[in-house]
Amino acid sequence: MGLHPETWLKVRENGLYCEPGDFFIDPSSPVDRAVVTHGHSDHARSGHRTLLSTAETAAIMAVRYGSDFAGTVQTLTYGEPLQISDVRVTLLPAGHILGSAQVLLDYGGSRVVISGDYKRRPDRTCIAFDPVPCDIFVTEATFGLPVFRHPPDHLEIARLLQSRDLFPDRCHLVGVYALGKCQRVMTLLRRAGYDRPVYLHGALLALTKLYAARGIDLGPFSVLAGLTPEQLKGEIVLCPPSALNDRWTRRLPDPVSAAASGWMRVRARARQKGAELPLVISDHADWDELLQTVEDVNAPEVWITHGREDGLLHALAKNGRHARALSLIGRDEDEEET
Amino acid sequence: MQHFANLLDALSFQPARNAKLRLIEAYLRTTPDPDRGYALAALTGSLDLPNAKPAVLRKLGTDQLDETLFSLSYDYVGDLAETLALIWQPTGRRNQPSPSLGEVVEKLEAATSNEVPALLTDWLDLLDPTGRWALLKLITGSLRVGVSARLAKTAAANFGAVALEDIEEIWHGLKPPYRELFSWLSGLGEKPDRLNLSFRPLMLAHPLDENELAQLKPEEFRAEWKWDGIRVQAVATGGERRLYSRAGEDISRAFPDIVDAMAFDGVLDGELLVAHPMEHEEVQIAPFNELQQRLNRKAITPRMLADWPAHVRLYDILIDGEADLRPLPFDMRRQHLEDWYRRESRPRFDLSPLLPFATWDELAAMRAGARAASIEGLMLKRADSPYLGGRIKGRWFKWKRDPLTVDAVLMYAQRGHGKRSSFYSDFTFGCWRDAGGEAARELVPVGKAYSGYTDEELQQLDRWVRNHTINRFGPVREVSPGLVVELAFDAVQQSNRHKSGVALRFPRIRRLRWDKPVQEADSLDTLLQLIPASKAS
Ligand SMILES: [Zn+2]
Ligand SMILES: [Zn+2]
Repeated sequence: MGLHPETWLKVRENGLYCEPGDFFIDPSSPVDRAVVTHGHSDHARSGHRTLLSTAETAAIMAVRYGSDFAGTVQTLTYGEPLQISDVRVTLLPAGHILGSAQVLLDYGGSRVVISGDYKRRPDRTCIAFDPVPCDIFVTEATFGLPVFRHPPDHLEIARLLQSRDLFPDRCHLVGVYALGKCQRVMTLLRRAGYDRPVYLHGALLALTKLYAARGIDLGPFSVLAGLTPEQLKGEIVLCPPSALNDRWTRRLPDPVSAAASGWMRVRARARQKGAELPLVISDHADWDELLQTVEDVNAPEVWITHGREDGLLHALAKNGRHARALSLIGRDEDEEET
Repeated sequence: MQHFANLLDALSFQPARNAKLRLIEAYLRTTPDPDRGYALAALTGSLDLPNAKPAVLRKLGTDQLDETLFSLSYDYVGDLAETLALIWQPTGRRNQPSPSLGEVVEKLEAATSNEVPALLTDWLDLLDPTGRWALLKLITGSLRVGVSARLAKTAAANFGAVALEDIEEIWHGLKPPYRELFSWLSGLGEKPDRLNLSFRPLMLAHPLDENELAQLKPEEFRAEWKWDGIRVQAVATGGERRLYSRAGEDISRAFPDIVDAMAFDGVLDGELLVAHPMEHEEVQIAPFNELQQRLNRKAITPRMLADWPAHVRLYDILIDGEADLRPLPFDMRRQHLEDWYRRESRPRFDLSPLLPFATWDELAAMRAGARAASIEGLMLKRADSPYLGGRIKGRWFKWKRDPLTVDAVLMYAQRGHGKRSSFYSDFTFGCWRDAGGEAARELVPVGKAYSGYTDEELQQLDRWVRNHTINRFGPVREVSPGLVVELAFDAVQQSNRHKSGVALRFPRIRRLRWDKPVQEADSLDTLLQLIPASKAS
């Protein structure tokens, strides 16, 4: 390793800052120059003077914040390098949601990969995570405890469909994050052979249309407008998690409330959400994937941006790797989106 | 096991009763014997498996993970069984199916507690996280999925399209995995034998609201005394006999004298009492505390049988031989009961007499005049009502006697438990006893009470106790005589465990008499006069 990255990649109040390139990665408030890993609101804020991201992330931000979400926007395709001063910046697929990227920084003879949020499971809505050997791997640890081992997603979808068979007079209302989880659940339903239209809460429509326009096969979908409870019996309806117990649900026929999230693995958390049918479907790496990814990129040093870092720090130290927690603030671990 | 685990998982998140029923019913429909039977047993709390202690689970956990990761995980999850289920990593792929619920139950039933950890380890390897969670819940004896035994049986009834009562009726005669039950519910076999030794749900009474009385027609009701013993059901068939308490608990072993006398085929409903033989085959009913000498005893001695002979005073007949009489109206069952009683000599049994009356006033007068300790009040039963298990509205009423009262003096106070642990809430009261001459009177304790006051009164009592303490004995404070309360109670019994020689049944505070001077509290003689005559005492 050349120049140790801790001399040029620093934690500032706004987040991770690359000094020689004078830019932030996923800053939590408006800055002059930002590199954004993906469109989730705890990573992608509006109002930066210049912004660098994938074209998909830029399109997502335009849908969410309007076309003036940043001063100037530059986009990169995966693997296409860009020189910013002496720093070479490359975006790599992270497998988290559409357009999600890891940020690869080469400077002074050393190499840092900032993972952003990521997962290792196949997902039809985005390109799979690409592990790149590096000197320092900056990782998330949302599910950094050995209790989090996500089950195969098709089995979780099968539980949803079984429940639908058991309660044909009710509709199934699934709480999903608007960006990523919603569209992934739709592709999983299609893969399981479900061909009815998927009904959407209005708040999910714009991003779902964006996914469809980007060529992701979601099958038929529509909003509820004009449908009677009688017509919605036996149907699957998606809504943001916050709408699960909302007055909005009164238009639905005795809905079975389901929630799709990695947190559903722990019963107390699932009960807190009031879900009758918790589905363990996550867009983050689980415990085994976190450890496996560190092995794959074979980094001697690991920085942890956010999440349950205690367990991961302990396990990495036991495997003989240097690990430290950055404890970046402003990363929502379990709220609407992550 | 996996299938059952998925059921438990779904139930644990499902708050709605109907949806729970649907889930259980679907499980019973799609699961073969013996698994569905064991599942029903688990849900009704009828499985008796060796328990694995938390230490065993913790050991399995720290064998899997180092101490630090295990505690971080446990801290996060908050439940030991769930933590272990989630962190468990199967050792290699085993080319073996996961165990069925039947296999799990049967092997556990046969296992010693030393063998349990090895069995668990094998099964944990073969199950998914939900399966492991369910297995560990089963073995730690706490399913907690919000399903009562009654709900589970209702689901079984729905599955077989039969009435819940039909299942309740035969339930006590059945054993897991209930093959004959499911054979019947699936329409393949006969209903398991009707005349068996099982407990039949008792018909229960509602308390009478005296305001309702005006709407009820006296001619439609029959009245009898409500005897102060314990309600029992006597079941005998094919030489086998059972005596059940009102809750269906088998108490045959405690009452061999009654069981010996059950020379019949049928099911009878009555009140278990202690009764001393008199002339002409008459008996004298003893107060409740004599019956108490026969309850909850480990060993039954000949002496106990002689001193406190048990007796059943019959209220009703449910089944006589092959004939199920429950659908008949009360009047016809009563006729049948009287015929049955006359058919042969029935030592240790007699009939609870019907009380003729024409108007409610007449009946009220009888109730007011009843002072025998063995009588708790009156029962009113609709003449046309069939015998129905449970507490059905408008059929049977209990009309309890007004409580007895005495004015007593607060003597000692003790702190309560739980919510009340900061209050002096348990009180001992006394009455005056002559100690020779008018001037020499002393207070002797007659009973304890810790209910009947409002929250506000409790605060007043607490303050009064703190301000009038004259002595402390550990948690107990003695107070200066200064506060009179009106105590209500159901009966007075002779007692040699108390200095006063009396014990009150169900004493509770009725009123605080701040106004009354302590000298005017009642004397012990007042209570002694209320003790019913009894031979054995
Ligand atoms: Zn995030
Ligand atoms: Zn994210």
